[in-house]
Amino acid sequence: MTASAVTATVPFGWFVAEAHAAGNLVVQPRMGFGTPEAMRAGLRRTRDAAATTVGTLTLDSYTRVGDADAAAQALATGVPLNGYPITTHPADVTMGVLDGLCDRTFPVQVRHGSARPQAIVAALAAAGLDATEGGPVSYCLPYSRTPLVEAVANWVASCEALATLCGPGREPHLETFGGCLLGQLCPPSMLVAMSLLEALFFTQHGIRSVSLSYAQQTNAEQDEEAVRALCALAAEWLPDVDRHVVIYGYMGVYPETRAGADRLLAASARLAVRAGAARLIVKTTAEACRIPTVDENVAALELAGRVAKTTDRPNQLVDGADSETYHEARALVEAVLTLDGRLAVALPAAFRRGLLDVPFCLHPDNPGRARSHIAADGRLRWADPGGLPLGRATTVTRHQGITSAGLVAALTHVRRTFDRPGPADHENGWGI
Amino acid sequence: MMSAPRTVPRATSATVVVSSTASDSHTWNLVYLQLLIQELGHTVHNLGACVPPDLLVAECTRLTPDLVVISSVNGHGWADGLRLAPRLRAVPGLSGTGLVIGGKLGTDGRRSVGWRQRMLTAGFDRVFDDGDIVAFIAFVAERVGRVAS
Repeated sequence: MTASAVTATVPFGWFVAEAHAAGNLVVQPRMGFGTPEAMRAGLRRTRDAAATTVGTLTLDSYTRVGDADAAAQALATGVPLNGYPITTHPADVTMGVLDGLCDRTFPVQVRHGSARPQAIVAALAAAGLDATEGGPVSYCLPYSRTPLVEAVANWVASCEALATLCGPGREPHLETFGGCLLGQLCPPSMLVAMSLLEALFFTQHGIRSVSLSYAQQTNAEQDEEAVRALCALAAEWLPDVDRHVVIYGYMGVYPETRAGADRLLAASARLAVRAGAARLIVKTTAEACRIPTVDENVAALELAGRVAKTTDRPNQLVDGADSETYHEARALVEAVLTLDGRLAVALPAAFRRGLLDVPFCLHPDNPGRARSHIAADGRLRWADPGGLPLGRATTVTRHQGITSAGLVAALTHVRRTFDRPGPADHENGWGI
Repeated sequence: MMSAPRTVPRATSATVVVSSTASDSHTWNLVYLQLLIQELGHTVHNLGACVPPDLLVAECTRLTPDLVVISSVNGHGWADGLRLAPRLRAVPGLSGTGLVIGGKLGTDGRRSVGWRQRMLTAGFDRVFDDGDIVAFIAFVAERVGRVAS
């Protein structure tokens, strides 16, 4: 195992761009195991899957919160971890996991979720890797109780550390997680705005290759509109940056039936191709009840790849800048940038003033005034925009306060739709 | 298995702390439990995601709640819960407080009689399986009642 085995790889963003130009959707799992042996086996199966794949090291949640002792203790006592503890295994062990697998045809990305990612960035760099994901807001608000200003400072340091890995044939890559936030019940305009703002933040701190995420929501037409809006806004604000859009297969409560899960995954693959995204992160038939196995991940990758191949790309690009989602997202982005052109300053200020607000987010720095709901047409809309600067860009459909039963109904809307698809769902544009 | 829920009317609402564990970032479970317990008439202090044991102990010391509800769905619930229970039970005033845990507690989605017994021994009053809301509501009704409305 040598460092050269890992560094003789292809920049993550370049690999995806090439695949996209060739008409192939890149598919990727969320996959992480505690032991090097299981992790290596998972990566090998991902590489060998019958699809255009990239690999993932998903880290465990002890590592994500910086509790290296708990990760080490779990390894020592054989308690299964929910991901790969990259800061606990020595760098040469991680290089051994990647040796001969991570190469010019198979880049590997580290996925984590940390609001304090410095140690994780150092560990992935030490192992020869340079692609990861996150963001100052999206890895803080939903996933931690770290104060937002601290998360911003941590992400400034992490972007700058990652940027130092630039070199000949080497371009560190960072993906926003801002297109997901709490995974469900956040209106798409906020997801699009946050993804764009985080990508801008990355570039302000030295990153030159980014991907902008968007997580599939409740309505296929609205999702396509959102992805096109994201592409249009990225073209306006990040013209000279290597960039692509990545779709997350539905991140909320997943269908319980295998058929329902497969239909939802297929819908996410169609969304990615139709709306012009270059990469898809898949979910599996097991999501409803537990962490998926390697077999289930491979099956999901291959299904998504097959669906993508049989989905037509749009003949001509639809104007992404002509939709309600676009206008709402643009209003949010402009309001934030008006506070301060430096996003490290503007993002915390925007939350303090209520210009950004994530519905149902419990983080102490989230204003918590905006509320969303699923409208009768299946679209996610603002029930109460709180202090969001949406003005005339939005249609607010006021809605009475949510109950526990109402919350469950909203959270399980997609599960029910896909477990028991009816004629209405065809009309709804899901194409199932 | 379960006795029928005895809804004990009470004049004032109970104080209930809802919390995740230190490593668990999920919050929809916490938002749901907050709404549910509020609908039973009680006051909820929702501590949110990734609550370190020190913060949970400090908040419970400050609030002296009638009930502490730990919810975890990230697969580390057994290990995290086992560390948490003795710390909460050691707090003066919390030795008799209701203390329960529920959710997806392991990584494999299976029930575990062995882990459940260890959790009860460690200090939890009840361990709820994922989705066992009927049993949870019955427990809350028995333990702290329902505010007469």
